[in-house]
Amino acid sequence: MTLLANVAILVLAGFVGFAVISKVPNTLHTPLMSGTNAIHGIVLLAGLVLLGRSTTDAFDRVLLVIAIAFGAINVVGGFLVTDRMLGMFKKKPGAPTGKAVSARD
Amino acid sequence: MIELIALLYIVAFALFIHGLTGLTGPRTAARGNLIAGVGMAVAIVATLLTPGTSNWLLIALGLLLGSVVGVPAAKRVKMTAMPQMVALFNGVGGGAVALVSWVEFRDSHGFASAPTYVAIASLFAAIIGSVSFWGSLIAFGKLQEVLPGRPIGLRRGQQPLNLLLLVATVACAGAIGTGQRAEMMLVGVLLFAAVLGVMVVLPIGGADMPVVISLLNALTGLSAAATGLALDNTAMIVAGMIVGASGTILTNLMAKAMNRSIPAIVAGGFGGTAAVYAGSGPADQTVRQTSAADAAMQMGYASQVIIVPGYGMAVAQAQHAVREMAGLLAGRGVQVRHAIHPVAGRMPGHMNVLLAEADVPYEQLKEMDEINGEFGRTDVALVIGANDVTNPAARSNPASPIYGMPILDVDQAKSVIVLKRSMNPGFAGIENELYFNEKTSMLFGDAKSSVAEITEELKVL
Repeated sequence: MTLLANVAILVLAGFVGFAVISKVPNTLHTPLMSGTNAIHGIVLLAGLVLLGRSTTDAFDRVLLVIAIAFGAINVVGGFLVTDRMLGMFKKKPGAPTGKAVSARD
Repeated sequence: MIELIALLYIVAFALFIHGLTGLTGPRTAARGNLIAGVGMAVAIVATLLTPGTSNWLLIALGLLLGSVVGVPAAKRVKMTAMPQMVALFNGVGGGAVALVSWVEFRDSHGFASAPTYVAIASLFAAIIGSVSFWGSLIAFGKLQEVLPGRPIGLRRGQQPLNLLLLVATVACAGAIGTGQRAEMMLVGVLLFAAVLGVMVVLPIGGADMPVVISLLNALTGLSAAATGLALDNTAMIVAGMIVGASGTILTNLMAKAMNRSIPAIVAGGFGGTAAVYAGSGPADQTVRQTSAADAAMQMGYASQVIIVPGYGMAVAQAQHAVREMAGLLAGRGVQVRHAIHPVAGRMPGHMNVLLAEADVPYEQLKEMDEINGEFGRTDVALVIGANDVTNPAARSNPASPIYGMPILDVDQAKSVIVLKRSMNPGFAGIENELYFNEKTSMLFGDAKSSVAEITEELKVL
């Protein structure tokens, strides 16, 4: 029963994903890719769940610490990089405009 | 407690969906990203609430290690190196999936007592995760120019070899599924999938790289969803599947912008025929060289100038210099616009990000369809390190590997100035007829110093 419920969630989530990305301006392709990239760092949770169980042996634990570190890099790096990229699109107060730099000497 | 965790997971994926919706609009994007980030924090906290969680120190160690590596990497990376950074972040995500699958196998003694679907989902995750990890590393290597950007491969032997690797991978996975418990089988799955990932990405040429990264991104998402299915974790199922689905759409959008099909890209045709084509190319023709002073003169007295930026501008970090030059031209009454090809650079939107970083006014950035009709009325088209996206062969030469790809009609302008490091063909390794056009003059050198020289000349004009 859990399987069927989970498959239902899986299918619905798939349609949500399709629906969300219907019209995206080219400008945002890179930040969007980078943002979705950060979201799949969710696999970090799997590392937490498995390492949290006490059934693992030493080798498992080494693998899981690496997995958690990888996942954390994916999540933290992904969101930060996307944020920096999107920061470029914001209008910066006092930033030089085309006119300001065009003053000739 | 289990109910609370389930509830928090629902909050988390609602935030993911809301955030992602925000990411699709220019105004809401930054907030959308933040919302998705909060969703991730909620999901992580919820997971740590699991009753009976042990190994706290090791968990903290993993999280700390990841942050220590991830934060400075994200903070320090130059805007121009963004594509390879995304490839790398994507790769480690795939690596995490593969490692988790390995532990699941060990933990359940080869899925001995697990339901069949758990074994299938885990094995799927192991294969895709490993392909994504190694494929992304190769993509990173190519973009970082640690590895040569041109396609590397066996040409004819490549596809049968890849097929063989896929069969070997699936065979190992199948053996496990039918009751084989030896750990070597899972290691085999991971290894064969790793070689497959390397072999699939190596022959793919530069221009296709954005599509490949997007595709690997979608695959990592799917593998995360599979892991979620195996572990009965709704947050992972939803987040992974959303990324899988949206990533597939995004990949498709990008492939369409290049008029290429995803299977053709993965099969690695791009650039494979380039050598043959270059042989019959205009090798005997000559190019005209120009000087910075001359270029400044031409543009300074023009009424319309269109700047066509490409990867060369990114490599040279020339975006600020370009902004200054465009400002000077605008001050002289020249109408300046920037023509952005959807796949200029190494990622779609790459040029927009760079020019926005340099504070180029948004109104000056024009997309391909908007600007293509304007080239005929343009006095000077200044091509800064863009190559394949300006190659007229895409319109006229059916033998060219990029035939059919929509391009910027730079050759329609009254004159064309190309800033380029040398006459080496571009990342895709295809000869560009534009350079031999009699309207075209070349200014060789690093894009940033060339633009700076032109700017100096403009100042004294």
